[in-house]
Amino acid sequence: MSPTPISFSILVYGAPYSSQSVSTAYRFTKTAIEKGHRIHRVFFYGDAVQIGSRLVAVPQDEVDLQLKWQQLGEQYQLDMVICIAAALKRGIINSDEAKRFEKDASNLAEGFTLSGLGQMIDATQSSDRIVTFGY
Amino acid sequence: MILHTVNKSPLTSSCLNNCLRAIGDNDGLLLIEDGVYGADKHQGLKLKPLPSGITVYALKADVEARGLMGRLSEDVRVIDDQEFVDLVVSHNASQSWY
Repeated sequence: MSPTPISFSILVYGAPYSSQSVSTAYRFTKTAIEKGHRIHRVFFYGDAVQIGSRLVAVPQDEVDLQLKWQQLGEQYQLDMVICIAAALKRGIINSDEAKRFEKDASNLAEGFTLSGLGQMIDATQSSDRIVTFGY
Repeated sequence: MILHTVNKSPLTSSCLNNCLRAIGDNDGLLLIEDGVYGADKHQGLKLKPLPSGITVYALKADVEARGLMGRLSEDVRVIDDQEFVDLVVSHNASQSWY
């Protein structure tokens, strides 16, 4: 445990399986929690939104990054936000948006929410530290 | 005091150089992911001249994954994930270069 716990928000930019950022951010977030710190929000932006598709099927001998984030999120009640503008144009969509855009399916994985950049601005103002994991 | 993180190799990206141009006295520099190649003493890409008081760190998991343990410049401190968190806490802010 660190002497004085602080709050973090984590910004993630890189696509899972193309960039290391989603897995480095995962390790950092988990370690920060284990050291007694608080995670205000994890915000997935740009190509990192691909973490939120429940249609992803990872080979058995490879790391399932989405599952790891879901398990961490569930265990510690993390606010894991996926940028809605970045997500919709990459085919990551929840049922409300699917209805609005008249799509025949939705695919947002459990544990993640779609929301706007305002959530990122809020994160920068409400957290003691912001750590960005670039693509 | 800012903690700068660099995640790209200096062989493929200018972000380490850009960071070194912007880094201030007593800031910290942490090399992560492919950024750890910047600390390889055999590449001739020495992290010098650095402003005074800069400490250079490299993330252990990334150094090991690239077989660079034992090939780093002597003035680079290898740290684990826990020390990464501690560094972010002990600096006023963190700035990522990618």
